[in-house]
Amino acid sequence: MFKCKTSPEVGGMGHSVKRKEDARFLHGKGNYVDDVKLPGQLTMVLVRSPYAYAKIKGINKEKALAIPGVLAVITGYDLKEFNLHWMPTLLSDTQMVLPTDTVMHQSQEVCAVIATDRYIAVDGAEAVEVDYEPMKALVDPWKALDADAPLLRPDKEGQKDNQIYHWERGEREKTDAAIAAADVVVKERIYLPRIHVASIETCGCVASYDKDTQKMLVYMTSQAPHAIRTILALVAGHVGLSEEKIRIIAQDIGGGFGGKVPVYPGYVIAIAASFLIGKPVKWIEDRSENLVNGFARDYHMDCELAATKDGKIQAFKVSTLADHGYTDSSANPSKYPTGMFSICTGSYDYEHAFAELDAVYTNKAPGGVAYRCSFRVTEAVHAIERMVDKLAAKIGKDPAQLRFENFIKKEQFPYESPLGWSYDSGDYKQTLEKAMDMIGYDDYKKEQAEKRAQGKLMGIGICTFTEVVGAGPSKDFDILGIAMFDSAEIRVHPTGKALARFGTKTQGQGHETTYAQILAEELGIPYTDIQIEDGDTDTAPYGLGTYGSRSTPTAAAAAAMAARKLRAKGKKIAAHLLEVSEDDIDWEVGKYFVKGAPEKCKTIQEVAFAAYTNFPAGMEPGFEATHYYDPPNMTFPNGAYICVVEVEEETGAIDVKRFVAIDDCGNIINPMIVEGQVHGGLTQGIAPAMYEGIVYDDEGNVLNGTLMDYLVPTAVESPHWETGHTITPSPHHPLGAKGVAESPTVGAPPAIANAIIDALSPLGIEHLDIPITPAKVWEAIQVAKAKA
Amino acid sequence: MGKHNITLTINGESVSAEVESRLLLVHFIRENLDLTGTHIGCDTSNCGACTIMLDGKSIKSCTYLAVRADGAEITTIEGVAEPGTNSHLQKAFHDQHGLHCGFCTPGMIIRSMDLLKTNPNPTEEEIRWGISGNLCRCTGYNNIVKSVQQAATEMAKEKEASV
Repeated sequence: MFKCKTSPEVGGMGHSVKRKEDARFLHGKGNYVDDVKLPGQLTMVLVRSPYAYAKIKGINKEKALAIPGVLAVITGYDLKEFNLHWMPTLLSDTQMVLPTDTVMHQSQEVCAVIATDRYIAVDGAEAVEVDYEPMKALVDPWKALDADAPLLRPDKEGQKDNQIYHWERGEREKTDAAIAAADVVVKERIYLPRIHVASIETCGCVASYDKDTQKMLVYMTSQAPHAIRTILALVAGHVGLSEEKIRIIAQDIGGGFGGKVPVYPGYVIAIAASFLIGKPVKWIEDRSENLVNGFARDYHMDCELAATKDGKIQAFKVSTLADHGYTDSSANPSKYPTGMFSICTGSYDYEHAFAELDAVYTNKAPGGVAYRCSFRVTEAVHAIERMVDKLAAKIGKDPAQLRFENFIKKEQFPYESPLGWSYDSGDYKQTLEKAMDMIGYDDYKKEQAEKRAQGKLMGIGICTFTEVVGAGPSKDFDILGIAMFDSAEIRVHPTGKALARFGTKTQGQGHETTYAQILAEELGIPYTDIQIEDGDTDTAPYGLGTYGSRSTPTAAAAAAMAARKLRAKGKKIAAHLLEVSEDDIDWEVGKYFVKGAPEKCKTIQEVAFAAYTNFPAGMEPGFEATHYYDPPNMTFPNGAYICVVEVEEETGAIDVKRFVAIDDCGNIINPMIVEGQVHGGLTQGIAPAMYEGIVYDDEGNVLNGTLMDYLVPTAVESPHWETGHTITPSPHHPLGAKGVAESPTVGAPPAIANAIIDALSPLGIEHLDIPITPAKVWEAIQVAKAKA
Repeated sequence: MGKHNITLTINGESVSAEVESRLLLVHFIRENLDLTGTHIGCDTSNCGACTIMLDGKSIKSCTYLAVRADGAEITTIEGVAEPGTNSHLQKAFHDQHGLHCGFCTPGMIIRSMDLLKTNPNPTEEEIRWGISGNLCRCTGYNNIVKSVQQAATEMAKEKEASV
């Protein structure tokens, strides 16, 4: 286990110190974007399409403009004058900011009303008259490539059908051959439906353009403010918004989970409106606008897993159809259109794998962004973990035993996966053993046998996942060409207190505490003496932001490296103060001392003071350091989750009795915060497993676009989570840490699905897609009984 | 649009204003009074981010008209404790890591105040049901439950000491 090097007062790594950021939130003094109130601020409300696919024959602004307080109605034609009616997506597709002639999904932005007040803006939006000519919407992605499907994107040069791209990884022929020759092959079509992060704070911004200084200030709920600034400069540079004149400030964010990475049209319209009017313009989504726009998942995965008759896995193949809506606005690194989906070979050692994916256009909202896992690891893990359970059921082997027999062994790390990843570290056997011990696996197996004998439905589900986070090595990972490093800048003041700024952006992860703890660990300055800032592009060093569990693998590493630069400089100052050679100086947390004479020492605070007052001749004064960290590899957090459920046969009701999550996220900065992240991620795991899913009708209307019918779990649906850890430090990360916040969202759904399907297995039920609701279970039971 | 004069007490201060009949209480609080600790997370009374105390009961201010609050006594998160101090619940949420992004926190605390007033010694299940009108997307609720339990224990101790 990890041993703390610092005292609790210094609060370095491993201490569960309480969070420094809590006070403002507890007293109602958080600074969220809707709290911004600038002099003369106007409000923008968007008119959205009631149709999934329609021609716009005309927009009549007159009645809206006649309402006192309505200042402007902005249409696609108004933006077209500035060539701002289309924008690039992060994956080099194009997305309408506002349409000129066609709407491509229900709830698409049609025009914007700017008014002096929120209520008047809504009145204005209702008064706008839009003349639509509805067209037959393409809703079913399986029909997108049919010969008679409408060509949805004729605006794109060379686009002959609705395929966005084909992607593949691995060896098709060898994998097919291995599957053909195998003793046992299990197959399943697994669907992970569209879901929405539904952070409790929706998206929004306040754009404020000053026509005199020509500066654009934007307060925005952005997880990646620097990237947004650069994109904005690339998109709107031609109208004079060059990068040095744009300042993005992301203050407190009311939950991000990936939903606040993209540039939504509303941001661009608000910025354009402020640019045109010269006054601050606020745009805040309402809940339905938030839920219906942007999404995660929507992967249909045809899986085949091949093994010997005694269960040694030999090959895995997955062919996926991805429904991206009318444009590919996935927030993925440029060279990875399917994110890290190729982690789908899982925690198991076998030779052959092949993954391919076809992405298609439909008349649905674009997205392909995150739900606490942006890079398609959730889809990948669900596929392999369901298939491993299916294999276990087919050959009649305990799913835990099957996993033990196939795990990549501790001594095999670094492990080259069949689809090209180099797993850095792990001890999968130990992690699963710990989870089984903690939950009492063998006792539950006995209880299950007894209950089955009484005709009761009880299930035990396991998931042993491998995550891949921390993009990334810049040679592989970029967003629109911008390398995915991250940064830290430390200023130690003369009195030994410090300010540190980062290129990432906290949204509840507790960076104001954990980054201070890293600096406390490295410098010995108490974490309470270190102020952490992020989110302001005028002051913070450049970085790609916080998503995909990348902050700890990148920015936390940058913090350690920058602190080590300071320590090296401090050593020279200490040698000067102690009048010895630098070689005679040693370091222990918080102080430099003369080798062999520990009483001759200088604290880090004394050294910091000397850096401004009494530094060696020729040395650059001051005590500041910056580091841009480009990781050599991804980190590979992993875990073993076990879930126990009971299902009521008469009603289909599912009761999650126990859920144990053992995570290996390497060395832990703050155990309290890590545990909190795991709890939250688990609830965002049970959510898609049992409750959430965006439902469309045949005409492309979203049927559950409010929180009344999109079921975000409450404290009642969320079980009492039980957590624990194993630790195999990342060998390449300066702190041995790996990142954690996504892991539970990745690991929980298959554990829950496996448990429910295990419960139903005596009835002959082999698979159900998530969300597994009581209605779905009840129906499956009726079908199974009818068959029997 | 009809306008009405209303007078109410908010965090101990008397406030009078002329408001449109359609103005929602949450907008009156946030935009007219600049008390931005009360948040908006939906418009259907589902998320509870807008929860305030009105005449001693927790209510959702996003579906409550400001005119209806005429004569009411309101407490928002800003009025839960004296400046520089924490209520038992505020302290417990800090101690137990009962908040991440903080957006649901004011509503959770106000709702929990009401819960502990009506049920000073709730079981875990009663706490879960008691806060089930407030959504949190970050914490998974475990530590919110622990926070309410800690506050209940400390409030009971304080009550005992004062008897």
